[in-house]
Amino acid sequence: MKSVSLRKTWVDTAFRNLCLCAVLLPLFVLCSLVVLTGLEGRSLLQLDFVMNYPHEIPAGILPAMVGSLWLVILTAILSVPLGFGAAIYLEEYADNSWRSRLIAANIANLAAVPSVIYGLLGLSIFIRILGLGHTHQGASLIAGACTLSLLIMPIIVVSSREALRTVPIELREAGSGLGATQWQIIQQVVLPLALPGMLTGSILALSRAIGEAAPLLVLGAVTFINFLPDGLDAPYSALPIQIFDWLRRPNDAFIEQAAAAIIVLLGTMLTINGVAVWIRYRLRSNVR
Amino acid sequence: MQITGKARSASETFIEGFLTCCGALSIFVTLGILWTLGSETISFFETVSPTAFFFDATWSPFVGEFLNAPDPQYGIRPLILGTFLISGIALLVAVPIGLGAAIYLSEYAQPKTRHVLKPALEILAGIPTIVFGFFALIILTPLIQTILPNLANYNALSAGIVMGFMIVPMVCSLSEDALFSVPQTLREAGYGLGASKVSTICRVVIPTASSGIAVSILLAFGRAIGETMIVWIAAAPFAPERVTVSWNPLDSMESMTAFIARTSSGDISPERYTTLCVVAATLFFLTFMINWLSQRLIVRIGRTR
Repeated sequence: MKSVSLRKTWVDTAFRNLCLCAVLLPLFVLCSLVVLTGLEGRSLLQLDFVMNYPHEIPAGILPAMVGSLWLVILTAILSVPLGFGAAIYLEEYADNSWRSRLIAANIANLAAVPSVIYGLLGLSIFIRILGLGHTHQGASLIAGACTLSLLIMPIIVVSSREALRTVPIELREAGSGLGATQWQIIQQVVLPLALPGMLTGSILALSRAIGEAAPLLVLGAVTFINFLPDGLDAPYSALPIQIFDWLRRPNDAFIEQAAAAIIVLLGTMLTINGVAVWIRYRLRSNVR
Repeated sequence: MQITGKARSASETFIEGFLTCCGALSIFVTLGILWTLGSETISFFETVSPTAFFFDATWSPFVGEFLNAPDPQYGIRPLILGTFLISGIALLVAVPIGLGAAIYLSEYAQPKTRHVLKPALEILAGIPTIVFGFFALIILTPLIQTILPNLANYNALSAGIVMGFMIVPMVCSLSEDALFSVPQTLREAGYGLGASKVSTICRVVIPTASSGIAVSILLAFGRAIGETMIVWIAAAPFAPERVTVSWNPLDSMESMTAFIARTSSGDISPERYTTLCVVAATLFFLTFMINWLSQRLIVRIGRTR
């Protein structure tokens, strides 16, 4: 729709340009963040950096990379089925009873709880009560993954519910008219249509888990480690923790290493988000 | 595939039961948080009086661990003030920029530009907070120091500014939804009365969308007070022995989150654990109130539509 031409004064033009600046300024900050960090760490970005241990020369991030990889795989295994389950329950089974409304309101609240509090919850439940910690050094891979799972589950539930809601109700009614049970409808009609959206949401949530440092540090993750984790109860490091450790040391060489590790972290997250977009695209064209 | 009616209903019941458990797990997470923080808070107030906790102006919980040290003081006020001051700086950055960006995207941008710019802004929200901390400490602080030479190396100002850019997408995205859903007929009524575009936006569109904008600011504020790594790295890297009420953003500043994370990542004695759980309970209560308030606003917006 073409709107009628309006009386335009300098105030209008100034206001419009001011608003445009408000869009461009954050984008400028984003670009300068990436570029300046890249310049800071560029001399270290070689294969040695991802293949070496932090105590070697040149220093590397191998244990942190392996730790992050383990964490994200374990977190995915734990959080995605539970998140999908809760979302399917809320969208397909829950009636408008107080019980389902309580669960829905509760999940909305949990999504806003600060990540340090999840760290404390993990410390009290997984390490102090269930004893999932490492004998000598507080945190273990499994305790970290359990805590991150609790942290991102609400995000997975919220995005999965949105994906489930896009499936038209008529399709469900058609399935039920053909005599399918509730689960058969979900399994054969609803899920194939909603799955691309659900997976994309989960992958975005997992990429948030990769960048989280605070809950892992609250759990007592070790900041300096020179070996690879060898089991679920092993101590570990992760990329954000390694970056944090280097940032705390007052020496320019460590700052450079932190910058290079940040570039690796951002690159990893970018790849993961790219995969999410690709999955959505592929699955959508398969359904059609 | 032949499924007898009975077997089918048994598996259906099983699946429904499993899915219900997944939903119920979230209740147990909340109960777990309440139990963890609540039980420690009760034992904390057995030794510390609530008046001292709420009204003392000094936070020095661990000085008593050394010999010949003065008594520890447990006034939470400096921590709350530090948290709110940094979040306040963040809002001073995020609200004008986020709202301006939302107005541009909703009122001026072509649909095509909008579809490019909106996801581009969202990228900022996905950057790990440790990266923002690095940016505040290594890049922004030296930059501001060239203008303000008495800015400390670790300070609340750059932490707050960078945190502001972190929450811009939150303010922008939700405000833009609110502005965009203002009916076109209202805008045209404004133009029909001879108002210019800018006065229509300021006097018609923004007031109509005000509840939605308020929700976006509240949620962004909630996110800001729960933010840990930016504050820890750029504003308060070392444990101060005592924290007093301070309004100076040019100096280092302790927040509740930084206190919790730093204390917990060191060696924690039972006393330290109790103290940090009490701070966490305060933080949880504040974020819960903010969230509850915004939920109420959302319900009200839904009713008026």
